[in-house]
Amino acid sequence: MTDDPDHEEMAATTDGGLATVADEPRAVSDLLSETEAGIAGYNYAYLDEHTKREVRRGVLNAIALPGHQVPFASREMPLARGWGTGGIQTTLSLLGPEDTFKVIDQGSDESINAANIRRLAETTADVETTTDTTDASVIQTRHRIPEEVLTDDQILVLQVPTTDPLRRVDGSDDANRRRHAHKNYSKMWVALYENVVEWGEIQISARYPVMVHDRYLMDPSPIPRWDTSKLNDADSLFLFAAGREARIYAVPPHTDVEPLAFEDRQFQVERFDGKRCHRCASTDTYLTEVTDEDGVTRYACNDASFCEKRIEDPTLSKSHHLDDETVAWGPGTPDPLVDDARRETVLDNGNSSVTEGGDEA
Amino acid sequence: MSLLDAENVTRFYGDVEPCGRCVERTGAEHGRNRCPECGMVVGCADVTLSVESGEVLGIVGESGSGKSSLAEMLALDLAATDGTVAFDAYDGNFLDANYEERVDLQNEHVGMVHQHVGDGLNLEFTGGGNVAEALLAAGWRHFEDVRTRVRDLFEETEVPADRMDDPTSTYSGGMQRRVQIAKAIANDPELVILDEPTTGLDVSVQARVLDMFRRIQREQDVATIVVSHDLGVIRLLADRTVVMRHGRVVETGLTDRVMEDPRHEYTQTLINSVI
Amino acid sequence: MTFIQIADLRKEFEMHVVGGKRVVGLDDVSFDVHDGEFLAIVGESGSGKSSLLKCLYRTYDPSAGTIRFESEAGIVDLASCSEREMLSLRGDEIGYASQFLDEIPRVPAIDVVTRPLIEDGIESQVARDVARDLLTELSLPEELHDAYPATFSGGERQRVNLARAIAPRPRLLLLDEPTSALDPDTKAAAIDLLDRYLTDETTVVGVFHNRDVVSQVADRVVILDDARLRRIVDVETYVAETADEAQGAGA
Repeated sequence: MTDDPDHEEMAATTDGGLATVADEPRAVSDLLSETEAGIAGYNYAYLDEHTKREVRRGVLNAIALPGHQVPFASREMPLARGWGTGGIQTTLSLLGPEDTFKVIDQGSDESINAANIRRLAETTADVETTTDTTDASVIQTRHRIPEEVLTDDQILVLQVPTTDPLRRVDGSDDANRRRHAHKNYSKMWVALYENVVEWGEIQISARYPVMVHDRYLMDPSPIPRWDTSKLNDADSLFLFAAGREARIYAVPPHTDVEPLAFEDRQFQVERFDGKRCHRCASTDTYLTEVTDEDGVTRYACNDASFCEKRIEDPTLSKSHHLDDETVAWGPGTPDPLVDDARRETVLDNGNSSVTEGGDEA
Repeated sequence: MSLLDAENVTRFYGDVEPCGRCVERTGAEHGRNRCPECGMVVGCADVTLSVESGEVLGIVGESGSGKSSLAEMLALDLAATDGTVAFDAYDGNFLDANYEERVDLQNEHVGMVHQHVGDGLNLEFTGGGNVAEALLAAGWRHFEDVRTRVRDLFEETEVPADRMDDPTSTYSGGMQRRVQIAKAIANDPELVILDEPTTGLDVSVQARVLDMFRRIQREQDVATIVVSHDLGVIRLLADRTVVMRHGRVVETGLTDRVMEDPRHEYTQTLINSVI
Repeated sequence: MTFIQIADLRKEFEMHVVGGKRVVGLDDVSFDVHDGEFLAIVGESGSGKSSLLKCLYRTYDPSAGTIRFESEAGIVDLASCSEREMLSLRGDEIGYASQFLDEIPRVPAIDVVTRPLIEDGIESQVARDVARDLLTELSLPEELHDAYPATFSGGERQRVNLARAIAPRPRLLLLDEPTSALDPDTKAAAIDLLDRYLTDETTVVGVFHNRDVVSQVADRVVILDDARLRRIVDVETYVAETADEAQGAGA
């Protein structure tokens, strides 16, 4: 690190070198010589250094103004906009060789898109990759926040299709920017009101609007409501990036993030009515419906890597990797003592189905 | 001090550099509002008027007289070129309120009922949602409280409460006007501005809307500025009336005095023109 | 005791539509109105009767002169007080019944009469009862109480108008030919009602055409002629002096 200042600049947790423009050609050639032959001719971490600086400036601005959408010069990427180009640019601007990188696509590490993004980082930025949430220093994700508690060593980069929560109520970005500037969110409140009138409760399945630090209304990207409360007072840094809309915004560690709700119509997470994962028997994770070829509908953990760990150890808590295992993290993080007792019963009843599930797979 | 004291309120329209004598070269006595020197259109100039709390002030004039510009400026929907307005709920020149203050003033202190429903209501929202918006903007966060208040306001403005959850676009013109009034009075403002309150409504509906508003106005003692080209509307609602022409106030007085003892030549013509 | 002191009252109209022609409606009129009296104003049409009444109500802005009115808060010059002062007096102390009802079209008769009472702070059911009684006394058919006056005959509308004006028992009541469109029976009922419903607390200044009505209601009579005050006499003198005319007219 000391012999190559540019590397330090690229490390995820440092930003000291941003202001100085080093003699880049030297650094680029040095870096290229260390990477695989197949990417010869590309800069370290694919993007040129100017682009990375531009993204980092955006990131720093975003961290300074939690929840505020900061414009940045979004570049063309080797995949279509809308497929995570904002997330990739942000990730590649953060990664350094010491980082360990994980990609989640709707809870899965194994989708083609996730695998390709992971491979791009691996081959151009010389990083370790992992599917284990607790091992990763940078995690790029689409539609989910992991079940395992994120720490102050970790950055979650969320891919964002639509940056402005107010676009639900007014298509004019001009008018919406003005509303943000003046914290004028009454139109959003009317949308919530109408929602309750129609459904009896607030029925927003994903992209649930949140107030960040009591100042900016923010679209948390299409994460389920289940994940929304994880943004509040977290140890980790959350970055939200939209390549198509060329916006970055952030929720820094320990920021108040509050879902909009009425005093008498509280924010509610998804309910699974006692359903459990057919693979690991978890009842405290976000479940998705899976229908197999025989038309049998079952529920499974959406977070595949944590599900694997739970299959190994059904009592594993979401904060098993921390000193303090009672850290609150999203809904359904139960008191460990109560949880143990409950899990015993679940396992007694659930053992056979876990086995069956395994056989079918 | 009155609730609202407006002095020399002026509004120019045009991309030209004003010649500096636009005001003296236009107005009722010149019979024009376009400055012959520089081409500036003087929408209204040197308008001075006051409204006492609980009072209804009528502003009457033909189209192009500047009455709508004046109403929009007093409702903080249009920036003024010049002038000062002292308003009870605001410290300083009301016309200089910044965006945030304006949003606050418009929401809680000055209710506006627009001539065009689209300017006042979101037709995709339910009628109840449109009224709720005023409450939510004022910080109401208890859903059932909002519902109760919206229902009361619907009853107050004689809109069937069982329609409150229907999209506003499905309402009749008269109902939409009532919903605008409900929204305008939702936060008990000190002043309501009605811009052509009967335009576009069936004659039978006009009368009922006026009567409803007059009842509310009297019960709640809310000061009102009613802008209309229709002398009948002014006569029925206004205590005092301002007559405008070519952007100027040509006559002010008790409404019945203006109607029965008009002094300005234009007012006399206007009164004599009523069919 | 003097209730209103009118001095040198003049009203002139400038008619721009006919080349700025000046028309004198009232010229140099001075007289006193006594506390609690019923003062009738009579004269040929065009003599300035309505102009005088309208100057008292400020529907006409007097061109010159003073109208010193003994309000509850002290003496006010109705000719020069502020518009807001006038509005406030109209709300609290001075009532006016024009010759024709001037109301919002879709308001039932009963509500027209009830409204000023409610504005005076009277409980709404009580106000409604008073209004219904007044309309009944003026023999407005019961089925019309809840109908819209716009559909009424002139006489029916006039009854609603009169009921509305007297209902709150203002300190000063201005009546502009309140019975002109009524048939003889209803006219008698109206006169009877004015006498019974209004107390000494109400001073009335009314314009009348009909000598019989004047003789039944008035205490004193102001006679106007060509915009000027000719004389002011007590009603007995008026009746006596006009007996010839009455007979002449009756013949």
